[in-house]
Amino acid sequence: MKFINIFLVVAIILNFNFLKADEIKTENKIAKNLRCLICQGQSVYDSDSEFAISLKLVIKNKIQEGLSEEQIYNFLKIKYGEWILYDPVFNRNTYFLWLLPILIFLAGGAIIIKRFYYKK
Amino acid sequence: MKSKYIPLILIIIFLITFVIFFKGLKNSNIYTPDTNLKKEIPSFELKSFENDSIVISEKIFKDNDYYFMNIWASWCIPCKEEHEFLMELKKDDKIQLVGFNYKDNFTNASSFLKDLGNPYDIIVSDKDGTASIEWGAYGVPESFLIYQNKIIKRFIGPINNEDLLEIQKIIR
Repeated sequence: MKFINIFLVVAIILNFNFLKADEIKTENKIAKNLRCLICQGQSVYDSDSEFAISLKLVIKNKIQEGLSEEQIYNFLKIKYGEWILYDPVFNRNTYFLWLLPILIFLAGGAIIIKRFYYKK
Repeated sequence: MKSKYIPLILIIIFLITFVIFFKGLKNSNIYTPDTNLKKEIPSFELKSFENDSIVISEKIFKDNDYYFMNIWASWCIPCKEEHEFLMELKKDDKIQLVGFNYKDNFTNASSFLKDLGNPYDIIVSDKDGTASIEWGAYGVPESFLIYQNKIIKRFIGPINNEDLLEIQKIIR
């Protein structure tokens, strides 16, 4: 009986740690995807400015409140604008940015296929 | 046929790229946040500066008054610069000043107010800076002009004489 109890306690502690590790992982992932608005070329994760420290705390709290990654990004987007996200969102202003590499890739592929076709 | 089209396509791709980069050249790459947004104010529950009582934002901001919420800290040098303008603004009874003490300790902050004067009608303290994130603030000093529970103007950095005149013009 005693053995089972100890086993249960250890299992619970281990599980708890896993959860915590997961939280820290997403916390860091989110912080790395955010631009520190008052620094030059640094992410929130990298920065130690007062702004970044508070922001990291907010992210931590929001994760504990049960918000998903997407919800946290949306929350910050409303507060600070799209500029805070490192990944540009797909919209009217950025569709060229997103589509141009694909277009160039397709054009290149077309040229290669055509060459092969003519060689044969 | 092959030699006819490929140079043309290349030229077109080159032109498109050129236009994109040329346009991008004129865009400013300095980030300037919107200062004229009519946003609902976020609600907060913070400790009062003087004692440990909880202050709820709904109780501070009432409908038909102008409020000037100023984020400040005693360790912030530009806050000293703008202080005289806050004292000037205090003389206007149409506006109430709300102080948002940012990541500060009580002793330093109260001696700051003792030395330079206290312009605020009410002060709340944001010990860890999380409440200022809810406001979309960048740091200290930063101020918000609030009317009917909406932010009508936002001042990033210390306010100066021009800002003061603008505020007085809006609330008149």
